[in-house]
Amino acid sequence: MALRCFMRNLSILPKRMLRPNNVNCRIFSTTSPLTNKKQIEVTFLKADGERLKVKANVGDTLLDVVVNNNVDLEGFGACEGTLTCSTCHLIFTQKDYDQLPDKPTDEELDMLDLAYELSDTSRLGCQIILSESMEGLEVKVPASIHDVRAE
Amino acid sequence: MNRLYLPIIKRAFSTHAPKKKVCVVGAGPAGFYAAQHLTKCTTPLEIDIYERLPVPFGLVRFGVAPDHPEVKNVINTFSKTAENPNVRFVGNVSLGSDVSLDQLEEAYNCVLLAYGAEENRKLDIPGENLPNVIPARRIVGWYNGIFADATLPIDLSCTNVAIIGQGNVAIDVARMLLSPVDLLKFTDITQHALDALSESKVKEVHLIGRRGPLQAAFTIKELREMLKLKNCSTVWCDRDFDGISELVPNLARPRKRITELMLKSLTDDIKHEKVFRPVFFKSPIEIAGGSRVERIKLGINELCGDQLPILTNRNETLNCDLVVTSIGYKSIQVDPSVPFDLKRGKAISNGGKIRNGLYATGWLATGPTGVILTTMNNAFGTAEMICRDLESGDHSVKEGFEAVSKHLNKENKRYVTWNGWKKIDAFEQEQGRKVGKPREKVLSLEKMLEIAL
Repeated sequence: MALRCFMRNLSILPKRMLRPNNVNCRIFSTTSPLTNKKQIEVTFLKADGERLKVKANVGDTLLDVVVNNNVDLEGFGACEGTLTCSTCHLIFTQKDYDQLPDKPTDEELDMLDLAYELSDTSRLGCQIILSESMEGLEVKVPASIHDVRAE
Repeated sequence: MNRLYLPIIKRAFSTHAPKKKVCVVGAGPAGFYAAQHLTKCTTPLEIDIYERLPVPFGLVRFGVAPDHPEVKNVINTFSKTAENPNVRFVGNVSLGSDVSLDQLEEAYNCVLLAYGAEENRKLDIPGENLPNVIPARRIVGWYNGIFADATLPIDLSCTNVAIIGQGNVAIDVARMLLSPVDLLKFTDITQHALDALSESKVKEVHLIGRRGPLQAAFTIKELREMLKLKNCSTVWCDRDFDGISELVPNLARPRKRITELMLKSLTDDIKHEKVFRPVFFKSPIEIAGGSRVERIKLGINELCGDQLPILTNRNETLNCDLVVTSIGYKSIQVDPSVPFDLKRGKAISNGGKIRNGLYATGWLATGPTGVILTTMNNAFGTAEMICRDLESGDHSVKEGFEAVSKHLNKENKRYVTWNGWKKIDAFEQEQGRKVGKPREKVLSLEKMLEIAL
């Protein structure tokens, strides 16, 4: 199991191929890095105002960060990074959004179109790979609760 | 540590302190997402999930198309919830026949109904009962392993199919009928469906909607998939798009992107053997045929204002030898004491609350629309309301499963536990391995019970 997690941290495989091991790694992962990989700090701003600051491995996706750090974001990443849901929707500041190296693909935009609180700077966390230049990144997490009356 | 505080701390952390009892009826996405949130209530709860079938996951197992395995990844999260020590899965127990709502309300501090919407809406037009006029729900059940649909009399020796309705279920059925069989072979599709689709003569599938392109019910992901489908061309009716491109700049982003995608594909050539034809502004008036359906009469609609389709006196006839009706689902009223909107086919609740101690969530509460995200958010919201109500409500603790299991034992009703499901799961995966599929679903209740019990 440790080897699998190690392999994931190497990030030599495409994001989607890494995903199936995710559940196992979630259980066995430790907070300390398994390699000497560079780490950066990422903050998730929840809808209720709570700020969750975590250490994140460079090369991981923002979904990996949530999973590996057990960040308490309910329902986040339901399809486990396979671009078939929009539960890892995150909202960036315009500045950060503009600096992301990859523009969203049509498939990512298709899923975002179904998200609540869609904005011009929305992305799916599973598609954002962290780099050193993202040190101190802050992303907003839309609310995950909507009741019948609101619809 | 000061010994004085020990008993207090012990009590606070004890797993033996009596917990309030909550039951969820229905082990689909709504039920599981609600249970997931309920495990995080500040009031410690014991949560029992009742399911009519011996197997969990509802539409994730029986609705999601076999060629969309990624969508089924939510099962991993649901399984984690089911394995939480405060959650119990009780399969093969049906509300209404095995246990009454009265009994559940008596046994639990709170009952949450999440049994979805299983009934097919009818067209209510002449000819709807002709052979080879089939509700989409039954075709979905046929390829996904619903027991009653295993013997569905569907005749695929036909070339021309009309699907009435344009939602994602309609698109799923269209895609299953038009997909190269090679793409389905290694999915968890039922063997009888795979065999029938291998022999299928279907060449052309019409997807008929009563409103226009701007109101199209399918989502952009499903449309893009059709546009990319191997060996199949998507062909639109150009006239349906008159005046549409002028409106595009003013649309909100999701509607704008899907409309642009349709407009862009208008000019695609018919270069493949199979054809997918979305058709707008048409309502079925009559289905006709002899030993099986032969044609369908479609009335031409105009849109009144922006939304409502109004039939004109013009109509046209479409020759087809299979008609699939896919105009939505409705819920059933499981107990006369649950206020119910018969027209919309959903329970009447105040944001999910039916009365003190009784709630509804998912499609039963919202009506059958939206993607899994919609259901998830709704279930979290209903569960949060339950948490708050249980915190402030009376502090009596009810008997929960103990009372219900006494009743089930008395009635000789055998129920399937989570471990029972895991046996079925292992059996299905093993059967699947033999033929290169992720699983081969068990197709009878008796067989499932034999494995699980």
